Amino acid sequence: MALVETSGLGGITTAHSGYWSGVARRLVRDPVTMICLTILVLLILSAIFAPWLGLADPHKGSMIARLKPIGTEGHLLGTDEQGRDMLARLIYGGRLTLFIGLMPVVLAFFIGSVLGIIAGYAGGLTNTIIMRTVDVFFAFPSVLLAIAISGALGAGIVNSLVSLTIVFIPPITRVAEAVTSGVRALDYIDAARASGAKALTVIRVHVIGNVLSPIFVYATSLTSVCMILAAGLSFLGIGVRPPEPEWGLMLNTLRSAIYVDPWLSALPGLMIFVTSLCLNLLSDGVRSAMNVRD
Amino acid sequence: MLSYFLRRLILVLPVAFGVSVICFLLVQIAPGDPLTAIMPVDATAEEQAAMRAAYGLDKPLPVQYGIWIANLAQGDMGRSIATGRPVAGEVFGAVQNSLLLAISAAVIAFPIGIFLGFLAGYFRDKPLDRVVTAISIAGVSVPNYWLGIVLVIIFSVSLGWLPSMGAGPGGSQDWAWDWLHMRHLILPAVTLAVVPIGIVARTVRALSGDILTMDFVQALYAKGMSRLDVLAHVARNAAATALSVMGLQLGYLLGGSILIETVFNWPGSGFLLSNAIFQRDLPLLQGTILVLALFFVAMNLIVDVVQAAIDPRIKRN
Repeated sequence: MALVETSGLGGITTAHSGYWSGVARRLVRDPVTMICLTILVLLILSAIFAPWLGLADPHKGSMIARLKPIGTEGHLLGTDEQGRDMLARLIYGGRLTLFIGLMPVVLAFFIGSVLGIIAGYAGGLTNTIIMRTVDVFFAFPSVLLAIAISGALGAGIVNSLVSLTIVFIPPITRVAEAVTSGVRALDYIDAARASGAKALTVIRVHVIGNVLSPIFVYATSLTSVCMILAAGLSFLGIGVRPPEPEWGLMLNTLRSAIYVDPWLSALPGLMIFVTSLCLNLLSDGVRSAMNVRD
Repeated sequence: MLSYFLRRLILVLPVAFGVSVICFLLVQIAPGDPLTAIMPVDATAEEQAAMRAAYGLDKPLPVQYGIWIANLAQGDMGRSIATGRPVAGEVFGAVQNSLLLAISAAVIAFPIGIFLGFLAGYFRDKPLDRVVTAISIAGVSVPNYWLGIVLVIIFSVSLGWLPSMGAGPGGSQDWAWDWLHMRHLILPAVTLAVVPIGIVARTVRALSGDILTMDFVQALYAKGMSRLDVLAHVARNAAATALSVMGLQLGYLLGGSILIETVFNWPGSGFLLSNAIFQRDLPLLQGTILVLALFFVAMNLIVDVVQAAIDPRIKRN
């Protein structure tokens, strides 16, 4: 008996790894996705290892070396309005920008998945309470909601994380609920319940595996918006506080310099654009690699 | 039709209630005492308590909410802490300017988005489709506050063609339909139009591409209908969904123009909002967000009803 079961499981495992290796194979064959992935990995690695890259101190300014143009000796990308090295600030800036730009989606993915799976599986009153609350948050355009909460809470890294996480929980919950109630209606769930399995066991064994990847794919499509919003909050002055290097904040403080050196002042925004573009293209690539029908 | 409208209206009421609760709570989550800004530093405990009572801040939260809603129903949104003027007047003046900007952006974005999306859908998987897809991905990926700065660099700083600040010459706030004012509108409206161009193009591409592969299109060609007439049928099929996406985009344009208004010093609701944030003017913050969110809710309702009016299939579901 045990032997039969093991071989059965073995069969499933093979089919499972077959799917994922297929996804990986399609991803590797997609040049646009691979280029975007490479750029993002380089950005993340350079942000993490910034202190070991031999860069200038991103906080150390110089009164006499302010707003040096791109290509200045010793300052490859010039200096900002306080004479701080732009290259160093852009690379160090990736740390906070990427963290605040990606972390809220990760947090919202966990919280929204839990809420959505509970709502979708439980149905009834639980579903009504969770989903009607979610509807209320949908009444706010995401930019407005983020600015409203951050504006009320005040500037700061934690406050930005909180407000952006709140912004992205409702859309993820809605998708998680839709996928879960779809799976909930399938016969094998009924079979599992009829066999006497508890709700938690059914969710853990039968539901989660089937709903997480669509929720995950949807969550990746939100990262680009989150990135733009996070930097936007700092740009408005209600995100990261100076003098920390952060791309949105740098874009804001360099605005006063657009008449002195316009292209230098546009650099931090270019970083936000490239990152968000890569996130979007990567998300599209993962979606089409994972969804064979598409 | 009327019953459908009423049914949708009833569904909107709890959402509007929820929105008002969130706006009310915004002030509660704000750190610090909302009265510190106007209270004299040397106020005694009794004076503080009197002030608190005058603003109703000594009552329990549900009671405060009730009072707030009752005042709201009479058009009273409280007074701005910074200026002392009624919030309602300030917000509605600013919302008019934002609406002007949002509608201008929509007028630019929707025709371009529809045209590009239709081209891409018609020439699906051809080079033209790839170009349009690339444009729409770039459009939805660009941080538009940065794009605004880039446009200012090109058209104001380098070329000197267009102004980069305000809604009129000399920072005037009174709008007029003449060139002196309208040239102030061009850069912010174009900047704001970029994201909806990408979204509308993407939607229309998917819609028209799908509809073109349907059997009825084959049938229309088979009975000898001209290409243009067939496209009219396709357009009618796509209209309801496309309109709903565009309606929501208009709502997003109004609520999402905050960053753009900051870049261009446009005297709209976003500009008001950022002033409210920095002066910790919580009644003004609350009022502005409430009006913008309720506008978005109303926009959703209108979109649903218009969609049902155009496409009878929706009402049946």
